[in-house]
Amino acid sequence: MSNTLIEVQNLKKYFKTNHGMLHAVDDVSFTIEQGRTVGVVGESGCGKSTLGRVIIRLLEATEGKIFFKGEDITSRPSTLDDRRRMQMIFQDPFSSLNPRMSVSQIIAEPLNIHHVCKSKEELDKRIRTLMDTVGLAERFTNAYPHELDGGRRQRIGIARALALEPEFIVCDEPVSALDVSIQAQILNLMQDLQEERNFTYMFITHDMSVVKHISNSIIVMYLGNMVEKSDADELFEHTLHPYSKALLSAIPEPNIHKERKRTILRGEITSPIDPEPGCRFAARCAYATEECSHCTPELEEVLPNHFVACHHVRTINGL
Amino acid sequence: METTKKLLEIKDLSIHYFTEEGVVRAVNNIDFELMRGETMGLVGETGAGKTTTARGIMGLVPNPPGRVVGGEILFEGKDLLKASNLEMRLHRGKDFSMIFQDPMTSLNPILTVGDQIAEVIRLHEKLSRKDANLKAAQILEMVGIPAERMSEYPHQFSGGMKQRVVIAIALACSPKLIIADEPTTALDVTIQAQVLELMRELQEKLGTAMLLITHDLGVVADTCNKVAIMYAGQIVEMGSLEDVYDNTMHPYTKGLFGSLPSLSMKSKRLVPIDGLMPDPVDLPTGCPFHPRCPDCKESCKSRAPVKTEVSPGHYVRCLRYE
Repeated sequence: MSNTLIEVQNLKKYFKTNHGMLHAVDDVSFTIEQGRTVGVVGESGCGKSTLGRVIIRLLEATEGKIFFKGEDITSRPSTLDDRRRMQMIFQDPFSSLNPRMSVSQIIAEPLNIHHVCKSKEELDKRIRTLMDTVGLAERFTNAYPHELDGGRRQRIGIARALALEPEFIVCDEPVSALDVSIQAQILNLMQDLQEERNFTYMFITHDMSVVKHISNSIIVMYLGNMVEKSDADELFEHTLHPYSKALLSAIPEPNIHKERKRTILRGEITSPIDPEPGCRFAARCAYATEECSHCTPELEEVLPNHFVACHHVRTINGL
Repeated sequence: METTKKLLEIKDLSIHYFTEEGVVRAVNNIDFELMRGETMGLVGETGAGKTTTARGIMGLVPNPPGRVVGGEILFEGKDLLKASNLEMRLHRGKDFSMIFQDPMTSLNPILTVGDQIAEVIRLHEKLSRKDANLKAAQILEMVGIPAERMSEYPHQFSGGMKQRVVIAIALACSPKLIIADEPTTALDVTIQAQVLELMRELQEKLGTAMLLITHDLGVVADTCNKVAIMYAGQIVEMGSLEDVYDNTMHPYTKGLFGSLPSLSMKSKRLVPIDGLMPDPVDLPTGCPFHPRCPDCKESCKSRAPVKTEVSPGHYVRCLRYE
């Protein structure tokens, strides 16, 4: 399969704080095939948004390499063309749009920066097509973001990301701020666009059911580390890492007949500042032993194409 | 016998906000009842009137611009709408209390958590400062926070811990009713599971009734005995969990279930509800859901449906079932 669009190798992003180095993303590697969706799940503070931002180079990586279509983009400064090919849809449709720009100005901005349209007519036509694509009625052309509801604002964000016909889109919790009925509309829109134009998505979310619905493969993150990585169906069928298991069992399902065996995690996320060697999940893990608290588990292929970072993954799952 | 079991009864309650843009009809003619020790989920999307309903019961609708324009709120048979401000203050915190949505902003940042819990106790129970602090420490332990942390300030706690403190304040005087307004929405799923588990345990132990406001049908399936679905200020469907989850009647409720990506089933596409929530200043005529309803008929546009009991305890507001 030479269809790899994005390849990430040993990516690290550390932030300097007053208390020490914050390891936001620590040694993450994966690939994304063209036209596929990779879901990145985890709780707040696990580094999933940082990962997305580093990949599209809103943040500079501390260490590691990112390849776009086989070309190492971390070894040179980000170019205008990089930014055309990779776009982002932000989480909060309330703060990611400039309140002093109208809908058409917001969508036109990337087109103007990249000098895509030769004339005013062409620009207007392009904006209309984009608004039509994401399902925004023409009457909103001159509206300002505050006049619109969350679902429509998120559609503006999507139109803006699509304006330059990118190949790769990082979606950072694009539906978390929306009501369920609107969330379903946006998810359907994103899937339709992908089918039509062969977009590649990296879909960042904390919602396991959304990630299952939209992704082809899934990465589970905990405190900057990748703890589990596999195809979406495989991950839900054979959840191997204790953290992924707990995350899955914590989701309340709208089904009253399902007998639930809950593993409730004790404790809370530990500090990502200057972490000691060892499994970062050990403090909350029911299976943790001596080994876990001083030896960092490596990501290994436990089942075909199913990677887990846990010392005891085989004994826990009886493999 | 029937009257002693009934804790809260809401009859034909309407709450409107009178603003410069017009009258916002936030809550329109809702009625429901809650027995002692029972948990009811109040589900709806943004702007459905869930929080306004809760504030109405607590007597906390901001006035102006808000006003209860009709109906009755009977708590143990007594109409709270006729109670004076002083009486309401004696009730709040003691007989019924509220857990607010956002633990980050519902605590006072310049008081220690111990003081904030002791404050409720000292207001309602004749205890010395020392005894109140002692009791506050016990309650803090009950919600799973070590009593040593009494003298810490809210910013020293994480989100999940803060919500535990808010729960501790709400439970401090063992109220008969707790209104929880999206208590776990701001929390991560694993922390949400901890908090829901804690609330369930405490409720069982103390026999408190709860009105749980949420937009998450999963949380309701997990914690509640019965459920009411709100849309545009009305309860469109209400019944036991079995009634509403297995025998869904109202097109809006069906739409809500269709919008949820499922964990257990593989579906290629979601079935969302078309369109948007109506503006409560300018509600559609007839059934408020008709512009978005897949089964809309001509009569739906002009005639408002009334509450219909389709089976014992299962109510629907839809012309199809009248």
